[in-house]
Amino acid sequence: MTIVISPFVFGLIVLPFLHKIKLRFHKWVGIVPLVLFLTILKYKSSIINGNIVSEAYQWVPSFDVSLSFRLDGLSFIFALIITGIGFLVVIYSKKYMHSESAISRYFSYILLFMSSMLGVVLSNNLISLFVFWELTSISSYLLIGFWFYKEKSRYGAWKALLITAGGGLAMLAGFILMYTVTGSFEISQILSQKELIKSSPFYLTILVLTLIGSFTKSAQFPFHVWLPDAMEAPTPVSAYLHSATMVKAGIYLLARLNPVLGGSSYWFYMVTFTGILTMCYGSIMAIRQRDLKALLAFSTISQLGLITSLLGVSTETAVIGAVFHIINHAAFKGSLFMVTGIIDHEAGTRNLDELGGLGRKMPFTAVVALIGALAMAGIPPLNGFISKELFFEAVLVDGWAGYVLPALAVFGSIFTFIYSMIFVISPFLGTYKPKEKTVHEAPWGLLLSPMILGVTNLALGIYPKLVADIISKGAANILGKYVDAHLSLWHGFNVPLLMSLIVISFGCLLFSRLNYVKHIIEKIQMKKINLNKLYDLFQTGIPKFAGFITEKQMTGFLRDYLVYILSFVFLSVGLTSLFFMELSIPNLNLERIDVYEYVVAAIMVVSSIFLLFTRKRLIAILILGVIGYMVSLFFVLEKAPDLALTQLIVETITLVLFLIAFPHLPEITEENSKRSTKIINAAVSILTGLTVTFLMVYSKAYKIYESVSSYYIDNSLLLGGGKNIVNVILVDFRGFDTMGEITVLGIAAFSVYALIKLRLGGRKYE
Amino acid sequence: MNSLILKTVATPVLYLIVSFSVYVFFRGHNNPGGGFIAGLLTAGAFVLQYLSFDSKTVKSNFSLNWKKLIPVGLILALGSGLGGMILGYPFLSHSFGCFYLPLIGELELATAIIFDLGVYFVVLGTALTIISVIGGKD
Amino acid sequence: MEFLMALVVGVFFAVSIYFMLSKKLLKVVFGTLLISHAANLMLLTSGGLKGEKAPILSDGSTLSYADPIPQALILTAIVIGFGVTAFILVLTCRLYKTFATDDLSILRGEANEK
Repeated sequence: MTIVISPFVFGLIVLPFLHKIKLRFHKWVGIVPLVLFLTILKYKSSIINGNIVSEAYQWVPSFDVSLSFRLDGLSFIFALIITGIGFLVVIYSKKYMHSESAISRYFSYILLFMSSMLGVVLSNNLISLFVFWELTSISSYLLIGFWFYKEKSRYGAWKALLITAGGGLAMLAGFILMYTVTGSFEISQILSQKELIKSSPFYLTILVLTLIGSFTKSAQFPFHVWLPDAMEAPTPVSAYLHSATMVKAGIYLLARLNPVLGGSSYWFYMVTFTGILTMCYGSIMAIRQRDLKALLAFSTISQLGLITSLLGVSTETAVIGAVFHIINHAAFKGSLFMVTGIIDHEAGTRNLDELGGLGRKMPFTAVVALIGALAMAGIPPLNGFISKELFFEAVLVDGWAGYVLPALAVFGSIFTFIYSMIFVISPFLGTYKPKEKTVHEAPWGLLLSPMILGVTNLALGIYPKLVADIISKGAANILGKYVDAHLSLWHGFNVPLLMSLIVISFGCLLFSRLNYVKHIIEKIQMKKINLNKLYDLFQTGIPKFAGFITEKQMTGFLRDYLVYILSFVFLSVGLTSLFFMELSIPNLNLERIDVYEYVVAAIMVVSSIFLLFTRKRLIAILILGVIGYMVSLFFVLEKAPDLALTQLIVETITLVLFLIAFPHLPEITEENSKRSTKIINAAVSILTGLTVTFLMVYSKAYKIYESVSSYYIDNSLLLGGGKNIVNVILVDFRGFDTMGEITVLGIAAFSVYALIKLRLGGRKYE
Repeated sequence: MNSLILKTVATPVLYLIVSFSVYVFFRGHNNPGGGFIAGLLTAGAFVLQYLSFDSKTVKSNFSLNWKKLIPVGLILALGSGLGGMILGYPFLSHSFGCFYLPLIGELELATAIIFDLGVYFVVLGTALTIISVIGGKD
Repeated sequence: MEFLMALVVGVFFAVSIYFMLSKKLLKVVFGTLLISHAANLMLLTSGGLKGEKAPILSDGSTLSYADPIPQALILTAIVIGFGVTAFILVLTCRLYKTFATDDLSILRGEANEK
């Protein structure tokens, strides 16, 4: 709890406050993630022993929503990545953003994000997970749009928010279905009821909805379109949110719910193939990018696809590979983004066409880039090689997928190799191209973080046992059984090694023919439907459509509103009940009607119809009076003395009211409506009348629930101390309602008073 | 309207109806009647005044500001509810509480009547505000 | 009896809605007045008609009571209906006095007015 809340407190309260009193705390803001990192690391031995740290606070107990947190192997890995990379990013940002005046705001957002992301991975309750999930979307929105004065920033921020929050809603629906099946929002309880969910008829719906949430967040095809536009964010943000952490929230969800949702063939085909297609698509698209950050964005999409497909396969090897690759990707992609930031910072551009030959000017940066890119390409002795080997080993499944998956995996990896090479060769080797002549090595403030990550890459590659135990725990949490990960650089001569060799050799071959490859990709690309266009169409089309509907509906003319509402009532209530109810005529009890009841009813009907045709105001008012008195007579017949009295007096006073106001009333004049309008009016009113009659007859025939009246009849004297049940209900049982009603009455009286006595701004008409 | 008979009868009838409405008001808990009906009855009596005389005469005869009855009634009704709250019962609970203690059952009846009196005043005030305002327009 | 009332209420609804769809404000006032009658009758009918005696407790009688809940609802509805009627009546007078028309399509203003 403290872990999740503290960046929140620092970000939202302390930083803005200190900024106000001119204390430059943001220089020391790195302390927050560092302390958190160490605090979490402290739990390591306890986690490895299989313990689970948990903590819970009530939130909305009636809906089983609580703020409960749980630290197990999987959460531990994610929490370390979030705080660790967070620390490095904060150090890096301090130098990178030093000229930015709103730097306090920037760090507030970063800390807000850190809090929410920790919340996502530590939550043990689906609803609080959802809340934190959406908070990450919001902080991502704020950070992408950090330079809000740029049109493209706003576009990217809005797009990311719409897509990820939209997916979040689908996910919420999935969560609620899960709740209806298992009766709990607590993840640990849901995980213990996996059979219940798998055998439930909602299984497929839950799976699809949850996957939509996860795929939008993790930028899987076809929801990936927001990620390239999110690159408008400051580069450290891209390194942090859009490669290392936030986009992995979707992966985290897949991993977390794997024991419940995974293991079926639906899961296998949907997740694995979405992942592997995304991987191929992302790596191909990355090659044709000219902007270094765009290249990295598509590479991120591709790498996330790789992890997703591993979770889809979800064998032991696959899951170990996935967890290891989550760590590796955070490390090497983080460093590569930071390198991009350095290049942008020093050379003033990220465009590959304007970059080249930087290697001699900035050797350290080049080395870090080289390490990162080799890790990404999967070259030994780096960590990426090990996870890629695991990936190749995992996709060798049985059945026809065992041929398709490895082929696609090798295909995608070849392009991964190529764009990795582009990243390291184009900017750093070759002739010196930048316009800026005074390019020099980056300051230590910028270099430190990527260098730490580079060293991590090397260390994890050469000595993967460093993290083997914790990966085993993470994988065990995903699979729900004991796992022992054996990670080593050298696996012996086997199929995965062969596949790696194919990738490297084909990669080198194609890289030497790079322009030809790009040409072919461009050609294929031209024929594809453009997903971005589709998004833009949605974005402009929906408001237009809404505007059109509003224009049609909100005409400002009472008649139109009523026609819409009543037609809907007729269609929904009248027609559906006609279609779906048994049309047996209920017992009408006609013989129980007395003669005078016929008379009262007949007078009411005749006078109301007469009212339709009268042209004189006075006669209309008198007819209304007749109807009112008939109604009160009817109340007498129906044993409602209170009503009859009230109706009698109200009718009299209303009549007097009409007569007093008579001289000021307009004449009833002929209407100049169109004939078609009149016909529609008549049709709508008759159909509504019929619907009402129909409903009344049938509501009499179908009594589903017991009437509550007997409660009042039995308790009126006992609890209310009165014999007149109606009065007791009014002043006692439902006293609150009556209170509201007399308030409304008072308001009506004052409104009338105001209308007549006050002349606010209406003077000019008189 | 300038009917002599009406003018002569209106005032005695006013007192008749008002006293009848008080009767109706008090029997309301056990018989047909209560705040709503009594309020409307009293209002009806005054409407007769407005019909018989012009509004200036009515105003000089009864120097009552009808509008003020509405807030007075609302406060009465609200107060009867708050009274229960002070004793620790939910808002507007006249009955509960008291019926566990049969000895003060009469007290309970009194609080419900205060509420009903509030209703009476609001209904009376509303009806007469509207009528007097419209009637006094010209 | 319920069937008969269903017919009456249906006619009331049809007539009052036809009035409310009219362009003339006065007719809309008539429509609202009538529709509140219709709603009251509908409420009372839905509670079941033909109760054998008024809902006032008396000892030793075996006759069935008329349903008190619709009656309580209707009682306040009648009084509120009075307030609403008075209000829209005065509103009509005032609109008519100020704009010299009670045609809603004219009172609505220009088509392009937002």
